[in-house]
Amino acid sequence: MNSSYAVPAVALVALATVLVGAFGLRISRTTSDFYVASRTVGPRLNAAAISGEYLSAASFLGIAGLVLVQGPDMLWYPVGYTAGYLVLLLFVAAPLRRSGAYTLPDFAEARLSSQAVRRLAGAFVVGTGWLYLLPQLQGAGLTLTVFTGAPDWLGGLVVAVVVVAIVAAGGMRSITFVQAFQYWLKLTALLVPALFLILAWQGDGAPRHAFDEPAAFREQRVVRVDDTITIRLRDPLTVTVDGTVDGRVHEDRRIRLDAGPHHIKNGTRLTFARGDEVPARDHGTGGGLSPSLAESRGERPLYATYGLILATFLGTMGLPHVVVRFYTSPHGVAARRTTVAVLGLIGAFYLLPPVYGALGRLYAPELTLSGDADAAALLLPGRMIGGVGGELLGALVAGGAFAAFLSTASGLTMAVAGVLTQDVLPSRGVRHFRLGTVFAMLVPLAASVLVGGLPVADAVGLAFAVSASSFCPLLVLGIWWHRLTPPGAAAGMLVGGGSALLAVAATMAGFPKAGALHALLAWPALWSVPLGFLTMILVSLATPGRVPPGTAAVLARFHLPEELRAEVKA
Amino acid sequence: MSGFVAGLCVAILPLLAAGFWLGRRTARPQSLGDLGTPVEHATFETLHTATLAAPPLRAGLTEEAARKSARRLRSLLGTDALCLTDRTDVLVWDGIGQHHRTQIMELLAGPLESGRGEALPLSCDSPDCPVRWAVVAPLTVDDRVHGALVACAPRESAVLVRAAGEVARWVSVQLELADLDQSRTRLIEAEIKALRAQISPHFIFNSLAVIASFVRTDPERARELLLEFADFTRYSFRRHGDFTTLADELHAIDHYLALVRARFGDRLDVTLQIAPEVLPVALPFLCLQPLVENAVKHGLEGKGASSAAAKCHIGITAQDAGAEALVVIEDDGAGMDPDALRRILAGEVSPSGGIGLSNVDDRLRQVYGDEYGLVIETAPGAGMKITARLPKYQPGVHSAGRLTAP
Repeated sequence: MNSSYAVPAVALVALATVLVGAFGLRISRTTSDFYVASRTVGPRLNAAAISGEYLSAASFLGIAGLVLVQGPDMLWYPVGYTAGYLVLLLFVAAPLRRSGAYTLPDFAEARLSSQAVRRLAGAFVVGTGWLYLLPQLQGAGLTLTVFTGAPDWLGGLVVAVVVVAIVAAGGMRSITFVQAFQYWLKLTALLVPALFLILAWQGDGAPRHAFDEPAAFREQRVVRVDDTITIRLRDPLTVTVDGTVDGRVHEDRRIRLDAGPHHIKNGTRLTFARGDEVPARDHGTGGGLSPSLAESRGERPLYATYGLILATFLGTMGLPHVVVRFYTSPHGVAARRTTVAVLGLIGAFYLLPPVYGALGRLYAPELTLSGDADAAALLLPGRMIGGVGGELLGALVAGGAFAAFLSTASGLTMAVAGVLTQDVLPSRGVRHFRLGTVFAMLVPLAASVLVGGLPVADAVGLAFAVSASSFCPLLVLGIWWHRLTPPGAAAGMLVGGGSALLAVAATMAGFPKAGALHALLAWPALWSVPLGFLTMILVSLATPGRVPPGTAAVLARFHLPEELRAEVKA
Repeated sequence: MSGFVAGLCVAILPLLAAGFWLGRRTARPQSLGDLGTPVEHATFETLHTATLAAPPLRAGLTEEAARKSARRLRSLLGTDALCLTDRTDVLVWDGIGQHHRTQIMELLAGPLESGRGEALPLSCDSPDCPVRWAVVAPLTVDDRVHGALVACAPRESAVLVRAAGEVARWVSVQLELADLDQSRTRLIEAEIKALRAQISPHFIFNSLAVIASFVRTDPERARELLLEFADFTRYSFRRHGDFTTLADELHAIDHYLALVRARFGDRLDVTLQIAPEVLPVALPFLCLQPLVENAVKHGLEGKGASSAAAKCHIGITAQDAGAEALVVIEDDGAGMDPDALRRILAGEVSPSGGIGLSNVDDRLRQVYGDEYGLVIETAPGAGMKITARLPKYQPGVHSAGRLTAP
């Protein structure tokens, strides 16, 4: 689909981001508003900023795609993404703010006063950040491809260049306002088209069989298959084929396919008639690409669901770009209130993507075949409403999607670049934050060009798993257990996070293809998180002499409300 | 295959990082094997071992320092067992014969009292215990005995007594250095306390005079100004904690400017641009207000006291810059000769005008390190722009108490 409005919409979003970032400072010229200008960020504004930074491409496009392909089981994704903040609220938010730490390495240093643990935490921040940036860039590539037919890598490159230009040029003078603006933009970009889509759906007689198996085409539809895939037919089916099926070349001929598997070469066009069943796509055969984890979860659904729940519930607190935003809250209580508001805002947002997924199953079922399921939210307005209105709504969604890439990518880039300049790159007087920015973006950009299509929501899930198995034990034990020692923390992060990282690597490499081991490696959180906790506890207990001096004072600072602290000191 | 490539990259990157780190950690000076005669080689080896043992001892005679250095010291002496004690307890026992650990403190009572080294026989129940003699060498700092180094051997040996004495003196020197380090830290802390900026007496006199001038003509205004004055002095006289938050400091600047405005009226024009996310940053107490005071002074000087209508503009900007906050204070006043400014900051001259600047610069360097000093851009007649970079997190820097309610 080509849209003349999408490119201006994306350009407009980028421009607005730059403007808000550069001029969004509070300005006062008279005495009376001096006080207002120097007022700290309230919980609601900060919550919008956190939500804006957090709602990434995986939320904006990925969830709709997953629901489209897999059905309502996938609702665990938005539930998990939201519930992570509940865990954060209960165990981490206020003590983390009171620790005075800006980044996770800062927290490690404040709690354990160890440079080695600080560096290790820094390495994991960079690893998680890169793993999380990768799908953002890929999502951007997908969006641009859908709208303009540009090559896959171009969208990622555009986002990378825009983010690096904004951040390195010092354009993010006030990131809170930018991110809060992005949240409301994203909400609008999904909400307004969703309302029109629901009206169109009502006008269509409100069909309700969205998740009845199998999905069927509602009108004649030409599907172009971009990967080499295998489809499985339950009943014989007659389609018009232009391309290669089962090794035989057909040129626009109607042929009858028997029930069973059929091999379709990439570039083939299939024309289905109205009422035809949408063939199921066999997983594990998509050329060199790893199959979507969501597809392979079918083998062990219970295990996969628990793995997902654990990773998202516990992984949120370790996301580098989320943690730094809590520093903006003026005190621990405000940090808690902020988290409550975040729960509300994110919960409201996550009502929308499943709507797109369900409608996509009705009106664009062929996306499961062509492998572009993530594009469902982008295509639906044009498909269901059509005309200029549909194109405008599509452009709005595209702008929102671009805002999602920009906000998450810029937040991650700043977090990763901060760690790189502080702890990795050599310091020469003035630290090279710009160099760090370029380096922080270059690696995932190169990876996204090399790797190609890893499903967006999966890559994000893997980043969550690594974060849950390395930072969650560090934060929870660091805040609540006074016997944690630097060797224990280092060992726990290395064993938990390292094993999760290896599992991620094995999964991305496509090894092993199936079986119990594949499920274990594809959903590592269920074993790697307890492993991380256990290692941290056991090694800490084995090195009781290494409990840092002053632990009691540090923990008191974490847990005592600020007013009390002032009184004690006075 | 691209998925495979990706997996490979993800797997290899941490390995590369770990290898890099290990390489950095284990990098040694080039092998000394073919360097010089065997005697020279032995000397190098000894010096190298001593170098490795030194850093932990610089933390003073603690259990952790003793644990880290004991193995090196033992290989330096070439004995089977080595023990470090302070005046009351055994800190570490490295090597064989751990069962003597309990017995050693009783034996040490004499040497610790006299400060003289001795060789003592050890009594042992097990007949094949290889540890029969203990050579005691006291560790002294400034003629006070702080602990002892005990080297154990199967038989009495004059060489060991001599060697233990020398090693003990070397350890004592390291402990003296540790002592010096501590005094230096205390000195810096005292300096920070002494540097803690005080508001100038002139400011108090001027403010009271301005308030007095309003008492009859505009009592309401006088009351407001008196309250501002009270708020400002309460902030600057408060005693708990050396650090405050940017928000509180800005409020103090607000009170200060209200008083200055009362005196200079419309001649002062202030613009404030704040990125609200940097307001919770902790910073040394009263380290921006002197900069604003400086800007007010320079700004009004530049316009000449005679032309009362001339206006002075002051801009205060606080913005977000990754892991730091950037605070810029500029005026369009008289400016300053850069060389004169350099001398003031170096502490060579102390004219009345520059004391605030050099004080703030000193404190920022003390707290955050030398790279966080003030950056000042100025020229005669061109105004002045002062940039301060404040890290959002610095170990040991915590604002005392809660921010003022929003």
